[in-house]
Amino acid sequence: MLRRTLLLGLCRGPLGRGLGTHRGGSILGKVEGRGGYRGSWMAPSSSSVTFRTQDPAHDVKTVGRLGGGDRDGKMSEIKKKIQSILPGGDWNPLYDTSYLPPEGSDVVIVGGGVLGLSVAYWLKKLEKPRGAIRVLVVERDHTYSRASTVLSVGGIRQQFSVPENVQLSLFSVDFLRNINEYLAVADDPPLDIQFNPSGYLLLASEKGAAIMENNVKEGAKVCLMSPEQLRNKFPWINTEGVALASYGMEHEGWFDPWCLLQGLRRKVQSMGVLFCRGEVTRFVSSSNLMKTASGEEVNLKRIHEVHVKIDQSLEYQPVECAIVVNAAGAWSGQVAELAGIGNGPPGTLQGTKLPVELRKRYVYLWHCPQGPGLETPFVIDPSGTYFRREGLGHNYLGGCSPTEEEEPDPGNLEVDHDFFQDRVWPPLAQRVPAFETLKVRSAWAGYYDYNTFDQNGVVGPHPLVINMYFATGFSGHGLQQAPAVGRAVAEMVLEGHFQTINLSSFLFSRFYSGEKVQEHNII
Amino acid sequence: MSPQIEACSAVSAFRVSVNTQEARIKRQQKASPTKARDGIADTHPLGVGKDRTLQAQRLLSHPPQSLHLVAPVWNGGTRGIGGLSRVVAPEGNQKKGRSLLQFLADRFYDVEALRDHLLRKQVSKVHQKNRPFNHINQRYGPYVAGAYFILKQGGAVRFQGREWIRPNQRGHFSLDFLKLQAVPVEAVDASGCAINYQGLDSLLALKELQSLWLQRCPHVDDWCLSRLHPLASSLQELSLAGCPRVSERGLACLHHLWNLRRLDISDLPAVSSPGLTRILVEEMLPSCEVLGADWAQGLKLGPEEQPRDTAGPTPA
Repeated sequence: MLRRTLLLGLCRGPLGRGLGTHRGGSILGKVEGRGGYRGSWMAPSSSSVTFRTQDPAHDVKTVGRLGGGDRDGKMSEIKKKIQSILPGGDWNPLYDTSYLPPEGSDVVIVGGGVLGLSVAYWLKKLEKPRGAIRVLVVERDHTYSRASTVLSVGGIRQQFSVPENVQLSLFSVDFLRNINEYLAVADDPPLDIQFNPSGYLLLASEKGAAIMENNVKEGAKVCLMSPEQLRNKFPWINTEGVALASYGMEHEGWFDPWCLLQGLRRKVQSMGVLFCRGEVTRFVSSSNLMKTASGEEVNLKRIHEVHVKIDQSLEYQPVECAIVVNAAGAWSGQVAELAGIGNGPPGTLQGTKLPVELRKRYVYLWHCPQGPGLETPFVIDPSGTYFRREGLGHNYLGGCSPTEEEEPDPGNLEVDHDFFQDRVWPPLAQRVPAFETLKVRSAWAGYYDYNTFDQNGVVGPHPLVINMYFATGFSGHGLQQAPAVGRAVAEMVLEGHFQTINLSSFLFSRFYSGEKVQEHNII
Repeated sequence: MSPQIEACSAVSAFRVSVNTQEARIKRQQKASPTKARDGIADTHPLGVGKDRTLQAQRLLSHPPQSLHLVAPVWNGGTRGIGGLSRVVAPEGNQKKGRSLLQFLADRFYDVEALRDHLLRKQVSKVHQKNRPFNHINQRYGPYVAGAYFILKQGGAVRFQGREWIRPNQRGHFSLDFLKLQAVPVEAVDASGCAINYQGLDSLLALKELQSLWLQRCPHVDDWCLSRLHPLASSLQELSLAGCPRVSERGLACLHHLWNLRRLDISDLPAVSSPGLTRILVEEMLPSCEVLGADWAQGLKLGPEEQPRDTAGPTPA
């Protein structure tokens, strides 16, 4: 009764939420105690008139937000008092605002794929004290229909030429092996990521053989094979043109990325991370002209607000934030442009864009009854064509990365079947004669978050936009490094430096200084 | 994974999260849908409780015990607090035993923390059992260390040219083998032991191991099988019968064991099509005798057809 009276008295109508009406520039109530921890699903954002049972800090914000004057301020005080008397109840407002993100969040992660969720997980896992940080994950496609994670072939390997990549993969494999200890949620069934420990088989022609020998093998259990040994082991391979093969014996294979994604999602929701279905359309930031130690002037930017636009609507919610993590995958370049990265004269640090773009890649599924059997590893041909076994029914998945000239238009995810006929099938049939008779069952296309600079990931803060952190640009090996990269970014956010794996060579500043971390084994 | 679980997990991808939320909502609302929740696994799949959508969601995200992702044929292994009753008794008992703890844990943080603590203790118990005995390794050598590890777990060991050494019913065994420092271990019977991925470290040091029995080991999974390749030159007999976590994906990496002559892969509940898997494994290891499921298992027979004699191997 009392509630209803107050509600009627204070109601400002359906738009009482005050779109974009912020008063006072200070960011209030950022860090609260237990409020956000125990699984608030989408925390109901505070409006001027509703009661909230959690997050008293929300109400602190309303004080500065209402258009009215003193009366509204007093009202919210009274409201708070009554709130503390009434027992916990879910008070339904006149209109539902549960789809809107909260008005403030310590960390906003743009992108809810495996990298974004991994960062959220590690932030919640490594934070001290528990429940200290409020994390919001903004993902515009809740069905993940175009996300690279779920369209991925799901392989994981340690055969890289850059030592950091090997360490990242090793950590991730360890994570996947103990996934039920890391991502255990009480009362929910254990995860089965369907890991196939069949290993990777990289074939090299004479040109690539020298590079393959030099590849880092520290920690990775890889054995080098001559063509003769290769024929003994896998009689279905035609070793013509192969000078050396490297075969990963352990910790390599493929798994189900959807299961990993769902496991992470379930776990981070139980840890209290908030999810929002919307798109980031704007960053509101402030600039400061500062002098470096050497007297040089730099313009440092700091993002204060993230404008999250709701799907199929013009409504948006400005979310005040302290840190933004750019884990938008193939669309990270666009998100970085929104933050003003790359707006400047070319050749300077301000003018250095984030070189991550969408690249479309095709994956084909075919059936070949005479094909290689259960022992088939993930085979990568010197020409760049790859395939792996799928299931028990002699089905195989594979594809090939197109060269720069034949890059397909990334505007849609339509599959080009002629590409299989012209570019994928001939090398396959040459390498595995049994594949001369095969039947393509289906195909799909997905995006690589392709780093045009050196095809390796970008991790860490931007030197000028000081509170934007990157976790993107992995060009096709993001899924297999996601758990480790998530941890690295979380350590960077919480501690300020990398602790477990040193990824200083993956920072943004290398795009300006020109130091490429070239990975030779990119498929 | 069985097709049901795949369907369940695919469809219920987001319902799992919704369900956790529902549990939280319930706690806040202090409603008492315990009866509704208990009624799920009871009779009709959709339940006769008040909130059908909620129950349907919960059912989808919590498949009944028989569809548990890890087949519940665990030897003494307990997955949760109610695990003991789960292992011992069929569905009715499990539900009752769990529901009180469930009820309390959904309402009190302390109970939830206690339950989590007990779960973690169980996990750490398994870790403790699989610790490496480095001091024994340094003093007596890898063979003795491996033998000690197996005997401590409750398994049996046979040195070259000797008899089997087994612990007695109370777990005690004689330490005579400590003097056999240079004698390689030929056979290990680790049936029913709680050996896991870490524990295999001690086993892999036994370079001349010829026969390895891992029947009904609850923690041996696909990852462990991928670790067996260092024993390829000596291992001739391997038995994985009844391991609940081994699937056809782990069996695929047994092709490293080129010296294998006998392989037992019967009764693997996590393998999706046992007959087909056996055929594929036989093709993969041509010189090995594979004991496994009947090839006709899983085939649907017509009304007139009789099960054929499977004596003639004609791989597809």
